[in-house]
Amino acid sequence: MGIISAAKLAFDYLKLDENGNVESKIRAVDGVDLDIKAGDFIAILGHNGSGKSTLAKHMNAILLPSEGTLYVDGKDTQDESKLWEIRQTAGMVFQNPDNQIIGTIVDEDVGFGPENMGVPQQEIWERVEKSLRSVGMWEYRSHSPNKLSGGQKQRVAIAGVVAMRPKCIVLDEPTAMLDPNGRKEVIRTVHELNRTEHVTVILITHYMEEVIDADKVFVMDAGKIVMQGTPHEVFGRVEELKSYRLDVPQATLVAHQLREKGFDLRPDILSNEELVEELQKYRAAHGKQRIEETKTCQSE
Amino acid sequence: MSIRIEHLNYVYSGGTVFEQQALKDINLELPDGQFIGIIGHTGSGKSTLIQHLNGLLKASSGTIYYNDENIYAEGYNMKQLRSKVGLVFQYPEYQLFETDVFTDVCFGPKNLGLEQDEIERRAKDALKLVGLGEEYYKVSPFDLSGGQKRRAAIAGILAMEPEVLVLDEPTAGLDPRGRDEILDQVARLHRERKITVVLVSHSMEDVARYVERIIVMNKGEVLYDDAPRMVFRHYKELEAVGLAAPQEVYLMHQLAALGWDVNTDAATAEEAAASIAKCL
Amino acid sequence: MLREITLGQYYPTDSVIHKLDPRVKLAGTLVFIISLFAFGSIEAYVVATIFLAAVIMISKVPFRFMIKGLKAIIMLLMITVIFNLFLVQGTVVFKFWIFQITREGIKTAVSMAIRLIYLIIGSSVMTLTTTPNDLTDGLEKALSPLKKLHVPIHEIAMMMSIALRFIPILLEETDKIMKAQQARGADFESGNLLQKAKNMVPLLVPLFISAFRRANDLAMAMEARGYHGGEGRTKMRPLVYKSRDKAGYLILLGYFAVMFAVNRFSVLESLLFGALGW
Repeated sequence: MGIISAAKLAFDYLKLDENGNVESKIRAVDGVDLDIKAGDFIAILGHNGSGKSTLAKHMNAILLPSEGTLYVDGKDTQDESKLWEIRQTAGMVFQNPDNQIIGTIVDEDVGFGPENMGVPQQEIWERVEKSLRSVGMWEYRSHSPNKLSGGQKQRVAIAGVVAMRPKCIVLDEPTAMLDPNGRKEVIRTVHELNRTEHVTVILITHYMEEVIDADKVFVMDAGKIVMQGTPHEVFGRVEELKSYRLDVPQATLVAHQLREKGFDLRPDILSNEELVEELQKYRAAHGKQRIEETKTCQSE
Repeated sequence: MSIRIEHLNYVYSGGTVFEQQALKDINLELPDGQFIGIIGHTGSGKSTLIQHLNGLLKASSGTIYYNDENIYAEGYNMKQLRSKVGLVFQYPEYQLFETDVFTDVCFGPKNLGLEQDEIERRAKDALKLVGLGEEYYKVSPFDLSGGQKRRAAIAGILAMEPEVLVLDEPTAGLDPRGRDEILDQVARLHRERKITVVLVSHSMEDVARYVERIIVMNKGEVLYDDAPRMVFRHYKELEAVGLAAPQEVYLMHQLAALGWDVNTDAATAEEAAASIAKCL
Repeated sequence: MLREITLGQYYPTDSVIHKLDPRVKLAGTLVFIISLFAFGSIEAYVVATIFLAAVIMISKVPFRFMIKGLKAIIMLLMITVIFNLFLVQGTVVFKFWIFQITREGIKTAVSMAIRLIYLIIGSSVMTLTTTPNDLTDGLEKALSPLKKLHVPIHEIAMMMSIALRFIPILLEETDKIMKAQQARGADFESGNLLQKAKNMVPLLVPLFISAFRRANDLAMAMEARGYHGGEGRTKMRPLVYKSRDKAGYLILLGYFAVMFAVNRFSVLESLLFGALGW
C-alpha cells in the first residue's frame, strides 16, 4: 500500500432544506481508486467542479468518505483516534493565500503547526528556521504576511506545513490566485521539496504547465479518475483532454496541429525543446529540402 | 469616443513614510473601438491605471480627457463617466449582493435613474450578452457556478451600456474552459457592439489571441505600446521584467536559430503550426 | 495601500520599556491608573507626573505620539471639566449671574482632568511600546487563572490575534467592494441618514459574505494544521520573566508605596487654598 491509498472512495455533498432534512445529494467524488507511492510528485488535473478539491480534502481528513475508504500512511481517515496523526502526516496547502496564514508575523505562522503538535519550544525554532530556509523565505521571517506578494505568502503557507514534518503535502490549487511569477515560485519550491526532502507531493491544479515534470498525472472529471499515467502518456491524448475541459501545453498543441496536417510527429511532446528536437529529426528524415536550401520556404 | 491620458502621475499615501509612486508620466490614447490588452505583473500599476479611467482614483497630476472633455474639470459629471467607462474589477463575483441575478444586474442601470422598462430591457440584454438565459433570472447569484457568477457580475456592468469596457483580470481563478468562454464572449461583444475593450491581464497567451494592441506596464511606466507581434519581438526584454511572451514565440526563435526559415512573429499555436508546416 | 496601516500604534524603537514583558506593562498601566484614582492629593499628582515623565523618557518614544490619543477624548474632557466646575456644590469661590464656582468644584474638575489625561497617556505608553501580539500574549498569560472559572482565555486571545491579522485585509476589501459598486453608479456619500444606511447594503452584503468565506477557509486551514484548542499546545515565544521584569515589578511597588505615603501626609492642598484665600 502506498502513502495514500483510496478504494472505491465516494463523497456526497448534502443539500439540506430548512428543517435539516436531506433535500438532494450531489456526488462530488465517485468511486475513486488511487494508490500513491511515497516520494512521488503527483498531479491531479481537472476543471472546476470535477471533484479534485473534494478528493484532496479527504487526504487530510477534513472530509470523510461517504462510501469506500482512504488510507494515509496505513491509517484509515475514518478512525477518529488517528485524526491528528493523519493531519500531521499529510499537510495541506490551500488556494487563497490570505485565508490560511494565521500568524501576524511570518515565523509565528510557520510555528503554528508545531505549536499545535506540542513540539518543545527549542525544536519549534529549529523547525521554523529549517522550513523557512527550504522555501527561501528566511529573510522575511519577521515581516507581516500582509506585506508579502501572493507567491511569497504561498511559500510561507508551504513552510508552515513543512514545519510539521509531513510525509506528504497536498496542495489544493495553490497557484490559482497567483500571477505567472508567483506560480513559478511556488511550483519551483514544491519540486525542490520533493527532490531534497523526498516529501510526497500531490498537486491539484488546472494549469498544464505545472504538471509537465510530475511523476504521474491523474485527470478527474465528474468525480471520477478518467485518465492516468506519466505526463507524456496523458498529454499525448489532446482531443481527450479537451473533452474534459482542459488545456494542453502550447508545444503539445503545436505538435498536435502539425500531426493533424499530416506530419507524423511523436504524439507525446510536452516542451519546446522536445518539439524542436523532434522537428529537427523529422526534417532530416522526411524534409523536402536540405538545410542550406531553406531559403525557398515561405514564412507567410 | 476616445480616452486621452496626458502626463498622468499617481502617488500612493503621499506625504507619509509609505509614499510610493504608482504611475509615472503616463501618456496614452485609447481610440474608439479598439481591443486593447494591458499587460504587467502584480504591482506594475496596471490596476491603478484603469481605476483612473472612470474617475475612481484621482491623478496626483496630469489630465484625462474623455471625448475631449477634461474629466477633472469642475462640474464634470463623474457619475455619467462611470456609466460610459464600465470597469469590471478582479473577481467581480464578490460584488454580487442582491437576492436574484436579475435584480443584481438591474442595480447599475437603476443607479443611472432610468425608467423601469429601460432598466429591465438593459438587464435582459446584458444577461443575454453573457449567455445567461431566462432560467437564471430568479436564481440567487450565490447558487451559480464560479464561471456563471463571474458572467452575471460582468452583465451588471454591461447593463449600464458602457462605451468602453475595462476588465481587470477577468479570467483569474477560472479553469481553461471558463477562461475561453469569458474571453470569447468579450471578443464577440467587441465585434458586435463595436465598443472599446480594455483587457488587463498578466497572461500574454490569453491576450495574444484577441487584442490588436498591447500596452506593457512595468514599475508604473509604459514599457511597450504596439501591435502584439511587435511587442513579442522584445521577448528577451519582457523576460527581464518578469513577463513572458507566448511559448510559440520562443519555439519559433529556437527554430530560427537552428536555420529554419519560420515566421518568428507567430504567437498562437495555429500560426506556429502553419509556419512550421511550410518548412517541412 | 490600506494594508500598510499597523494596528494599535506600536512605535518601533529599542528601549528597556519596549523589552519589558507585556505582563509587567499591563500591570504597570493598571497600577498607574489605580493610583490616579485612589490618591487625589497634589503631592500624589506630582509623584505620578514624575513617574510618567520618567517612563516616557526611557521609552524613547517622541512625546507628540503620546498625546495623539488625547485628541479622541478632548470633548469628553471639556464636558467633564465644565460639569464639575459649575455643578459641584460646596464653598462658593466665584459667583456671577446664575453660575457659581465652588472650591470643591475646582478641585474635582482639575483632578478629573489630570486623571483623564494621565489615563490616556499612560495607556498610550503601553500600546506604543508593545506589539499587538505581545499584548495578546500578555493578556492570555495574565488572565490564565480565569481558566479555572471556565473562561475561555486561550480562545479569546486566539480570536484577538486573528482579528489583528484580518482587520487590514477586510479594510482593503471594503475599499475594493466600495469602488466596484461605485463603478456601477452606487453613491455612498449623498442622501439623508436613512438613505445612506440603505446605500450601504451593496457594500455590507458582499463584505459579510466575504468575511464568512474567509472565516470558513481559515477554520479549515487551522484544523488542517492540527489546531485543536489550547490543550497540549506549546508556545514558540513563551513569556518568561527576566531580571529586568522583576526590577519592573519592584519599581511599580515602590511607586505605589510612595504614592500612598505622600497622599497620607498631604499638606500642599490646604497650604495652597489657604494662600489663595479660598
